[in-house]
Amino acid sequence: MLYQAWIIPILPLLGAAANAFLGARLGKRFVSLVACGTVGLASLGSAWVFADLTRLPAGERLVMLPMYQWIGTGDFQVNFALQIDPLSAVMLLVVSGVSFLIHVYSTGYMAEDRGYARYFTYLNLFVFSMLLLVTANNFLVLYVGWELVGLCSYLLIGFWYERKAAADAGKKAFIVNRVGDLGFALGVMLIFVTFGSLDYQDVFAGAPQMLAVGSVTATTITLLLFVGATGKSAQIPLYVWLPDAMEGPTPVSALIHAATMVTAGVYMVARTHALFELAPFSLSVVATIGAVTAFYAATIALVQTDIKRMLAYSTISQLGYMFLAVGVGAYAAGIFHLTTHAFFKALLFLGAGSVMHTLGGETNMLKMGGLRLKLPVTYWTFVVGALAISGFPGLSCFFSKDAILWQAFASPRGGMVLWAIGLATAALTAFYALRAVFLTFHGESRLTVEAEGHIHEPPSNMALPLALLAALAALGGYLGVPGILGGSDAFGSFLAPVFRGEAWMALETQAPANELGLMGLSVLAAFLGMGLAWYFYLARPEAPGVLARRFGGLYALLVNKYYVDEIYGGLVVQPLVALAHFLGERFEVTVIDGVVNGVGRTVAASGAWLRRLQTGFVRNYALSIFLGAVIVLGYFLFR
Amino acid sequence: MIQLGFPLLSVIVYLPLVGAAVVLALDGRNLAAVKATAFLFSSLTFLASLPLYFFFRVDTAAMQFVEKVPWIESLGINYQMGIDGISLWLVLLTTFLSTIAILSSWSAITTRVKGYYAVMLVLETGMIGVFVATDLFLFYVFWEAMLIPMYFLIGIWGGPSRIYAAVKFFLYTMAGGVLMLVGILALYFFNHAVTGLYTFDLLELRKLNLDFWAQLWLFLAFSVAFAIKVPMFPFHTWLPDAHVEAPTAGSVILAGVLLKMGTYGFVRFSLPLFPAAARELASIIAALAIIGIIYGALVSLIQEDVKKLVAYSSVSHLGFVMLGLFAFNSQGVQGGILQMINHGLSTGALFLIVGMLYERRHTRMIADFGGLWKVIPLFSITLLVVSLASIGLPGLNGFVGEFLILVGAFRHDWLWAAFGATGVILSAVYMLWMLQRMIFEELKNQQNQVLLDLSAREVLVLAPIIVLIFLIGVYPWPFLKPMEASTQALLAEVKSKGQVLVLDGMQAEGIPMARQDLYR
Repeated sequence: MLYQAWIIPILPLLGAAANAFLGARLGKRFVSLVACGTVGLASLGSAWVFADLTRLPAGERLVMLPMYQWIGTGDFQVNFALQIDPLSAVMLLVVSGVSFLIHVYSTGYMAEDRGYARYFTYLNLFVFSMLLLVTANNFLVLYVGWELVGLCSYLLIGFWYERKAAADAGKKAFIVNRVGDLGFALGVMLIFVTFGSLDYQDVFAGAPQMLAVGSVTATTITLLLFVGATGKSAQIPLYVWLPDAMEGPTPVSALIHAATMVTAGVYMVARTHALFELAPFSLSVVATIGAVTAFYAATIALVQTDIKRMLAYSTISQLGYMFLAVGVGAYAAGIFHLTTHAFFKALLFLGAGSVMHTLGGETNMLKMGGLRLKLPVTYWTFVVGALAISGFPGLSCFFSKDAILWQAFASPRGGMVLWAIGLATAALTAFYALRAVFLTFHGESRLTVEAEGHIHEPPSNMALPLALLAALAALGGYLGVPGILGGSDAFGSFLAPVFRGEAWMALETQAPANELGLMGLSVLAAFLGMGLAWYFYLARPEAPGVLARRFGGLYALLVNKYYVDEIYGGLVVQPLVALAHFLGERFEVTVIDGVVNGVGRTVAASGAWLRRLQTGFVRNYALSIFLGAVIVLGYFLFR
Repeated sequence: MIQLGFPLLSVIVYLPLVGAAVVLALDGRNLAAVKATAFLFSSLTFLASLPLYFFFRVDTAAMQFVEKVPWIESLGINYQMGIDGISLWLVLLTTFLSTIAILSSWSAITTRVKGYYAVMLVLETGMIGVFVATDLFLFYVFWEAMLIPMYFLIGIWGGPSRIYAAVKFFLYTMAGGVLMLVGILALYFFNHAVTGLYTFDLLELRKLNLDFWAQLWLFLAFSVAFAIKVPMFPFHTWLPDAHVEAPTAGSVILAGVLLKMGTYGFVRFSLPLFPAAARELASIIAALAIIGIIYGALVSLIQEDVKKLVAYSSVSHLGFVMLGLFAFNSQGVQGGILQMINHGLSTGALFLIVGMLYERRHTRMIADFGGLWKVIPLFSITLLVVSLASIGLPGLNGFVGEFLILVGAFRHDWLWAAFGATGVILSAVYMLWMLQRMIFEELKNQQNQVLLDLSAREVLVLAPIIVLIFLIGVYPWPFLKPMEASTQALLAEVKSKGQVLVLDGMQAEGIPMARQDLYR
């Protein structure tokens, strides 16, 4: 199957085409079958590829799949080519697996929607693009996947296009991403100019010879690539589109804006680590932006009342963790957290979706409460997700987050400060996750009587994905149990051939006592956060209000998301629009066209003036001829 | 080189003219016969032009399908035609878009129908002639001849201020043309002074090695004419007026083909004839191109008339083409040529779509629409796809051209690429905002409730363009390959006659010292 792996991305593309052309005519059963079937087959294929890959010796796990000559001019020759290596294989499994579950869930969630076929067309197209992104063999194919997932994101955020907010959010996502893509594209060009090739193998093999560590070129390339990552993966300063993206259907938020697309930046940095390794400055930028974003977004999540927006800020925060990981050279840990995050965050979003589904689209947690008895399946799966993200010992995120924190502390590229920020964020994370559980499912019901009557558990096609994701969120961490806890970090060693010789290998020399001690501290932070959430939202429900009043300024700052949207609006959007108005309505009309029309008028006016010479009287002409003759004669006589 | 053994290019050039004569001979009241005849001749011309691709030899930079007959021997004027990799696609684009434009006029044109189709066919002859002529005199004849039918097209079948627009278009282009004529004659006499030979043969004149100042003046004389046609900032103001007033098919031809004559002129004449001047002025032209990219995009942003928005977007897109051409490397030049084709397809399709909407609602104001997806989904999806092509989405045609241009620009000077690429962001801004206000959001205007979706004929008009948009995006190789030899030869020629800054290969000489570290 390894050499036929190109079928995997093609399958959902065929599904998208079938649903686009036939979906509306052949009905919902056909659409569901095609959409889920193609993605299901893709995930089976991914599993097959994964199995085949593990049968190869660890050093030979790289299969290239050139497909056709794509773009060629002069020495710029780029093939359409894919590749399978351990990193691609892991991403294939995560993306296709989570996609399949969310497709199944969507058949329930979107069952009543008018745009059923359109929805699944977009969703299948997304899966194709994302699979392309993670299997690309060169930077240009990567870029194609990169832009296409952005397109699908745009289309799906604005899926309910009749709502202005949705159309606005889709457009905002696309444009902010394009800003990042500008950096990414320039980075790709600089790679080509530097290496004369865009193939991964050429670039990564050539990099150590052609670029010195810390050289301007290496730093420029990696910073430009990272600009792209901040757009796609919603990091400071380009994260602003992600909270708005929650206007899309909730399964979309789960798939694109939590589990897969937004992690593309992390994947890309990990994939290009050979370049980042040559640019220590860029790596420190990545780690710092990651850590700061993780903390910053978590503080905003603390006060969100909209459950989806809370989860969006949580996603931004968790992505920050992943960048912290890759920034300190812990690439495998970053991908490990990407994987567990895909499980537990998709679970949380789908749980929120199933609450919204039964409450007619309500997202305000202040209008929920007490749902745990009425929605036991949703409740228990959501609790698993919330405990997982909190870092509850034994659940998936405990292992992955701990791997990151430990390496942030111990890696030669990390340090106390990065670790401390990560630890504080862990406490905040536990707090807001449990806060969401308590507000939504515990306490007194704050539902309207009407909503109360409609409550029902999700149908089986929604419940089953929830249960499976809950299992993954709970147990996914056992893929990478660290040596210190008696495991063998299967996840890390599987990826090791891709990331060979990286900083994390050096960590084995560190003292094990430190690692255990730090692990204890992060467990403590998690329990502190959970305990505070319990105190504020179950034990003393009036306490949050008191606190918000006492620290009114800080509270307003957080609720208004640090006013960043307003600042961007004032600094970028409004000046640009004003400039456009000035150019289009004043400059164009008065200056540029003014000159053109002025020339025209001048010619016309001089014509009108010269016309007076043409009097039509012969005697006038005779006089002119006579005068002319006199002047000519005079000139020759008196010169 | 002569393929096929008969004058195929002449057949392609004059078939539409024959068609025009036949149309004029028909009874003007028999509309069906007029339309059918016009469509028949334009599609025959398109079919006749297809062998140009199939028999085209990709391994040579020489002129192919050459015809050469003495015309006015005493002045050294030849009837001389040929195509190479640079003009091949432009000829095919012309025959393709002309057929589409004629088919799209079925219901839009209701007055003086016979004259309209005759003028369209005459226009087609003029346009193809421009792209195949390899004698400067013949080129000039076609260049000016094509103005007349376009002038009538705007002036007779145009909108309310058609006269102003038509006269502006005519005078503006004419002014440039006259300068070019002076340049052609000067070149003719220069050549005689050096070689003792009176000739307008482009291939002969290309051998001339003029001194720098002569090159500079002649470059300016030629280039002003081309720059107006492109149009480059700040010579662009005739364009929005002409587009807004022209009938749909006129806009399609104007944007799809006529603008390309400007960029084609730069590649075909300005670069090989005056390479030293071109190199010297490259920074200025690139600066104007970048200003055009950004300026055109910003002005597009605030347009309330969607046709005007598309017109200004052309200023932006053609800026990309110019940027690529003056990067003097194969990515830039081939990307530029491909982008001419891409722009012809996507902007042509945009004008067609806008025209179809105008036929239904008799307005082009963006504010009159909104929520169209709900009533006319097929129309909206088409508009979405074409807009995405226009903003360079990977997988569609615009991406390939734009990316190659930016790679070429980057190799020349990374600042060119950095500034040029901001156009990629801005194009997304104005296009997506237009889409949002037209096909998304709520359907507020009651008059839009009853709109009909695309008819079978309209699908037939748009489908071939959509297919090409995807084909070039997914598999651009067969489109780039035929350009390769001619582009390389052009670049080599430009290099041999003047020391060009950067050519292909990493070891290019003359990279400014300040940029060295970026290149290694």
